[in-house]
Amino acid sequence: MDIFANLLIGLQTAGSLTNLFYCFVGVFLGTAIGVLPGLGPTATIAILLPITFTMGPENALIMLAGIYYGAQYGGSTTAILVNLPGEPSSVVTAIDGYQMARKGRAGVALSTAAISSFVAGTIATLLIALFAPILGEVALKFGPAEYFSLLSLGLVAALVLAHGSLLQAFGTVIVGLLLGLIGPDVNSGVQRFTFGITGMQDGISFVIVAMGVFGLGEIVANLGDESGRSVSGTISKMLPSREDVRRMAAPVMRGTALGSLLGILPGGGAMLASFASYTVEKKLSKRPDEFGKGAIEGVAGPEAANNAGAQTAFIPMLTLGVPSNSIMALIIGAMIIQGIQPGPSVMIEQPALFWGVIVSMWIGNLMLLVLNLPMIGLWVRMIGIPYHFLFPAILVFCAIGAFSLSNSTFDVFLLALFGVVGYVLRKLDCEPAPLLLGFILGPMMEENLRRALMINRGDATVLFTRPISCALLMGAVALLVMVLLPSIRAKRDVAFQEE
Amino acid sequence: MSGRAEYKPGGSAFAHEILHRKDFWSAVLYVTLGLGTIIASLGYEFGGPSNMGPGFFPIVLGAMLALIGCIIAVRVFTTADGNPDLRLGFINWKALALVSGSTVLFGLLLPYAGVLIALPVLMLVGAAASRHFRIELRAVVGMLVLSVACTLVFVVGLGVPMPLLGSLFGG
Repeated sequence: MDIFANLLIGLQTAGSLTNLFYCFVGVFLGTAIGVLPGLGPTATIAILLPITFTMGPENALIMLAGIYYGAQYGGSTTAILVNLPGEPSSVVTAIDGYQMARKGRAGVALSTAAISSFVAGTIATLLIALFAPILGEVALKFGPAEYFSLLSLGLVAALVLAHGSLLQAFGTVIVGLLLGLIGPDVNSGVQRFTFGITGMQDGISFVIVAMGVFGLGEIVANLGDESGRSVSGTISKMLPSREDVRRMAAPVMRGTALGSLLGILPGGGAMLASFASYTVEKKLSKRPDEFGKGAIEGVAGPEAANNAGAQTAFIPMLTLGVPSNSIMALIIGAMIIQGIQPGPSVMIEQPALFWGVIVSMWIGNLMLLVLNLPMIGLWVRMIGIPYHFLFPAILVFCAIGAFSLSNSTFDVFLLALFGVVGYVLRKLDCEPAPLLLGFILGPMMEENLRRALMINRGDATVLFTRPISCALLMGAVALLVMVLLPSIRAKRDVAFQEE
Repeated sequence: MSGRAEYKPGGSAFAHEILHRKDFWSAVLYVTLGLGTIIASLGYEFGGPSNMGPGFFPIVLGAMLALIGCIIAVRVFTTADGNPDLRLGFINWKALALVSGSTVLFGLLLPYAGVLIALPVLMLVGAAASRHFRIELRAVVGMLVLSVACTLVFVVGLGVPMPLLGSLFGG
């Protein structure tokens, strides 16, 4: 079994003192932004990206990954303590977690979330180690046709999981794809849509788009509703009782299984997984009437599911180079800037990096479990920080970050423009995440479609005659048909209404 | 705000309802962007399936986008029944102007006035977007501390080439 040898390589990388440090910085920052009002992981990772350019690739990726799953943890903390889910994936946790807190069991709910996440994270890490090499081998057989079909599947999945109207999400994805085409055309070198503006000759940086849409746009949206929030009650007892542990064991296992499966799905599987897990637990429970009134299963299952999903979301990114959500898209951007082309070759050519990141996720989860329970007092104080003290600082980091990308004020102006775009999209009920995904995937899609058709002398049927490509496209079609079926459509609407 | 009401197509209440719908404006946005893309791409070589030119992908996407916009528009005109969920709602023009304006101001001021002036201006103008905005000692101290800290970290520490004082001060 290579799996142990692989994990050992990973442990050597992730266990080094520098990487332990960056892992800690990542999970700490992640938890903090998950707890702080109105600052999401997408904006934070975008803001920090320019700083990671100076780090080594392992350090950068380990830290960014830490922010990602740390934010999930912080998100559940606010969900439990103030009934405000910090991240979309912790929406479900708020239902029973907040009720537990109101009954004086906030500490138990928090530690349940942490323990469930840790168990799920451990199992998901092992799953990645088992299945990533297999998927990587399949990926090596991928030609341009397969990549194009896979990217299409990814975009369709992002559409299906986006909130609101499907058509509007579809439009947002296309706008993203088009924005991604700005700059020189790879094949002919023709400048497209740059209108002779010097600052756009190399295209628009995805960091600017992410900072503008998720940073600035989010600020304006948040300023529309500035309500304070405070934690009521005190947190005394932290550890779950023997009875609690007995009740959470099975939900955690089921949640992990669901999350690991759904997390691989492109387009935000972690959130879907937590909803699915909650529904399953409620159906299977002997005491379904307790759900919504502080059932520990309602915290343990979804928390395990969203953490497992967050981990396995790395599988398509690391093996295929295809992002499954906007954060993975940013991490891919970070890899490209570090000179690493994401894809199946990363595992073979850079085993230390690949396995280092995977093992660091397990270490990071351990840190979250061990460090966060004693640090809960700090997080509680952070929850109460008023937004009007916070957002000017976010503005500053965005502006400096934008400037530092290529030391040009033009990027700062673009940042302001994308801030407006982000607010407009939110106002029109168009979710911005598909835009960013489209932006990153646009050039990849065009390139692969062109190559696939060029190799086959313009015969578009190649997309259907190659088996893997055909299966992927069928998957995309099946997903679309499923969502358009009236019964499932109604359920999707209900699922998004609950937020 | 009452719930649903019947609107007669062509009536002024109908026009009012349409102009305050979110999906109406998405349709306008998509059709404009789609057609704009097609027009802008006409100058690029279209090519054929076996050798796609730089114009091929954008024109196909632009056409799809315009089509989606049209479908949404048709839906808007057939479902105008005053559904409150689809109303545009409050637009925070002040916050939008101040947040994006302060960022533009930062970009304009940076080369001429330098980072030590551009940063506090950015924070001050940006912070004015909040309804809790007040000039008070704690906020001013916080602003100055953050400006100096950022200057130290980014300019001195990470070497981002932002002038401390800009060309106006001979920097």
